[in-house]
Amino acid sequence: MPKVTIDGHEIEVDAGTSILNAARKIGGALVPPTMCYYSKLKGSGGKCRTCLVKVVAQSAANPRPMPKLQASCSTPVADGMVVQNLTSPEVLDARKGIVEFLLLNHPLDCPICDQAGECDLQDLAYVHGLSASRNDFPRRTFETIDIGERIELNRNRCILCYRCVYTANQVAGARVHGVLGRGDHAEIGTYIRSSLDSEMSGNVIDVCPVGALTDKTARFESRVWFLKPMDVHCTCDKCSGKAVAWMRGEQVVRVTARRDAYGEVEGWICDSCRFERKDKAAWTFEAPRRVERNSVIGQNHYTGLRQLLAVTEKHIAARAAVSAADEAAGGATGYGADPAALISG
Amino acid sequence: MAQRKMLLEYADNPEARSLEGWKRLGGYAQVESILKTRTPDSIMEEVKSSGLRGRGGAGFPCGLKWSFLDRKSDKPRYLVCNGDESEPGTFKDRHIMERLPHQLIEGMIVSSFAIGSKHSYIYVRGEYMYILRILEKAIDEAYAAGYLGKNIFGSGWDFDLSVHPGAGAYICGEETALLEGLEGRRGNPRIKPPFPAVSGLYGCPTIVNNVETIAAVPYIIAMGGDAYAGIGVKPSTGTKLISASGHIRKPGVYEIELGKVSCEEFLHSEDYCGGPSNGRPFKAVIAGGSSVPVLPLDLFVKTAAGVPRMMSYESLAEGGFVSGTSLGSGGLFVMDDSTCMVRNLWNLARFYRHESCGQCSPCREGTAWMEKLLERLEAGEGKLTDIDLLVEISKKIEGNTICPLGDAAAWPVASHIRHFRHEFEHHVRFPEKIRDPKHNVAAPIPRPS
Repeated sequence: MPKVTIDGHEIEVDAGTSILNAARKIGGALVPPTMCYYSKLKGSGGKCRTCLVKVVAQSAANPRPMPKLQASCSTPVADGMVVQNLTSPEVLDARKGIVEFLLLNHPLDCPICDQAGECDLQDLAYVHGLSASRNDFPRRTFETIDIGERIELNRNRCILCYRCVYTANQVAGARVHGVLGRGDHAEIGTYIRSSLDSEMSGNVIDVCPVGALTDKTARFESRVWFLKPMDVHCTCDKCSGKAVAWMRGEQVVRVTARRDAYGEVEGWICDSCRFERKDKAAWTFEAPRRVERNSVIGQNHYTGLRQLLAVTEKHIAARAAVSAADEAAGGATGYGADPAALISG
Repeated sequence: MAQRKMLLEYADNPEARSLEGWKRLGGYAQVESILKTRTPDSIMEEVKSSGLRGRGGAGFPCGLKWSFLDRKSDKPRYLVCNGDESEPGTFKDRHIMERLPHQLIEGMIVSSFAIGSKHSYIYVRGEYMYILRILEKAIDEAYAAGYLGKNIFGSGWDFDLSVHPGAGAYICGEETALLEGLEGRRGNPRIKPPFPAVSGLYGCPTIVNNVETIAAVPYIIAMGGDAYAGIGVKPSTGTKLISASGHIRKPGVYEIELGKVSCEEFLHSEDYCGGPSNGRPFKAVIAGGSSVPVLPLDLFVKTAAGVPRMMSYESLAEGGFVSGTSLGSGGLFVMDDSTCMVRNLWNLARFYRHESCGQCSPCREGTAWMEKLLERLEAGEGKLTDIDLLVEISKKIEGNTICPLGDAAAWPVASHIRHFRHEFEHHVRFPEKIRDPKHNVAAPIPRPS
């Protein structure tokens, strides 16, 4: 079995394993981020280029470095291979460039995007991105197309990872959508405006790394970090029935598949489980879902959100006090006092 | 040194276009004797010792490429001829295919015999539809004469040859995108590895070679690999077709002996370009098709160290991409001092933006971003920071993409700005001059005071 060294950690893996999967076996921060690779989808990967790594030595027999950075998701390991990810400044620099390219035409509408909080691109941009965009051109936009009652498609947010195309091909049976056009005007579209309505088509929502495909039945219902994810199951003849119910009190706001540490679903779920079982009684509850302690969902808030809330409450209290005083003084000017008093108050 | 005509010996002879005429010129006789007397391995050895380098642009040694073929596999092997010549400035393969179709067929027979391909393909650029007809006619003639099909030349070996038209995309010249197109799918480059020599057409071991490379193979076998290696200056062996265009008096396809013709001579000799077309001095040269770095005239004629440059892979690459370039596919274009380099670069960037397949993010987003910035600079609305930003974007694309199209889009940008930065700055500083339609010259070349 080939032995490979990634960022100084040595591991033995099966022949033919990709560098990325070898790194995932080691785990931790040295795992390259992925936006398009999905281990459950055949043929995925190689497109987003965020998982680029530096191969310092190709193998024990050939210890020369590879001239270019390699996509770790599609490069197989060789015995004696030495790989640098976080330890190579070249890789980090290239990754910064890739994030900038991915965000170039991304609308950055996170405040109104349902994916915010569980978005791969958001996480990637926090870790590897620039603080400001250098692009001063208008962003690329597409007309909105309707792909059915249950799935919302926002193509402006799409980063063309092709995951949904592979999912529709391999999981949902037949696909009616694909990538049309080429270059920067390539777009996800459906053939003659048909809708996605196979029994498994809802899985495209889970594989989407950004907010391009979201659940229409839970649209604008809640921010994900205000919901409590619970492991649930049911008896379903179409799928495994193992899912996550996102709860607000007693109410099931949305249902998703169970996702592992790398954001990949553990088992596909069918559309009736995802979109129709919104009743608590329809599910058997197992336990609260394990979530990363430092994630937005684990924290139950964005960092600094409490502070913001306190400021807002202060303002509301000050405003109420001023208007009460104003009313007591018999003034008809509404809030009466000057705005500066409100802010300092 | 005058042209050394080997591949193009009969290019101007109308007889060469039909099978009968080609036979009168001595065609197919060698092929017959090769098939009857040589073994595939000995042909491979000859090609290896000839030092023939791939003529498609990368200059990868052909014998080495053939040796990568997966010989343990029990799947059929394929040879695909890449006639998807779409690089701006390159029109040499067209010359061979339209004037010497039987020479290419001979090359395909011999190369396929060496590789062990029983069915080979010639993939022709979609815009070359008339060439497709020429090749189809020639192949029909060869089938009728028993040079293709079952038991060719009575040697007991079966061989089929097909022509396939592209659908008009530059990216289909990339070998894996070409294979996708040949299989009937959208021409997107594949993720490598696996390389085509292991898993290519229909998942079988496949060799993809340029038209010019394949056309040279019968000559190598006829004269012997070592004799071929004696032509040119090692390691640039043999002859190379150069398609010259631009502000020169005699644009056209020329065959040179590699390393024996100086760049100066190539530009000014009556045997080749014949000097400037309108009396204006030359300003810049792109030596090997639009993808390679541009060079100002002085760096094209002499290296940074002052050594005269020769037309060969090594000499043109002297100085790396800082002060050198690459022979590429041999699409040489020459620009005189009336050319605006900003406009020229914008034109190239527009091409790459249009032709990017859109699979990988650096190329998809980067080519479009660079084109927008260049359009703005060309219109006189750019900022000085845009120039540095362009260089940075090109660095972020280079080497980080699935296929070489990203590099091909990045290199012209970096080199135009490296060598002609003053013109870009001129566009920012004097926008009113740029907008004047009579203002043709981008910027006066700064002279040391």
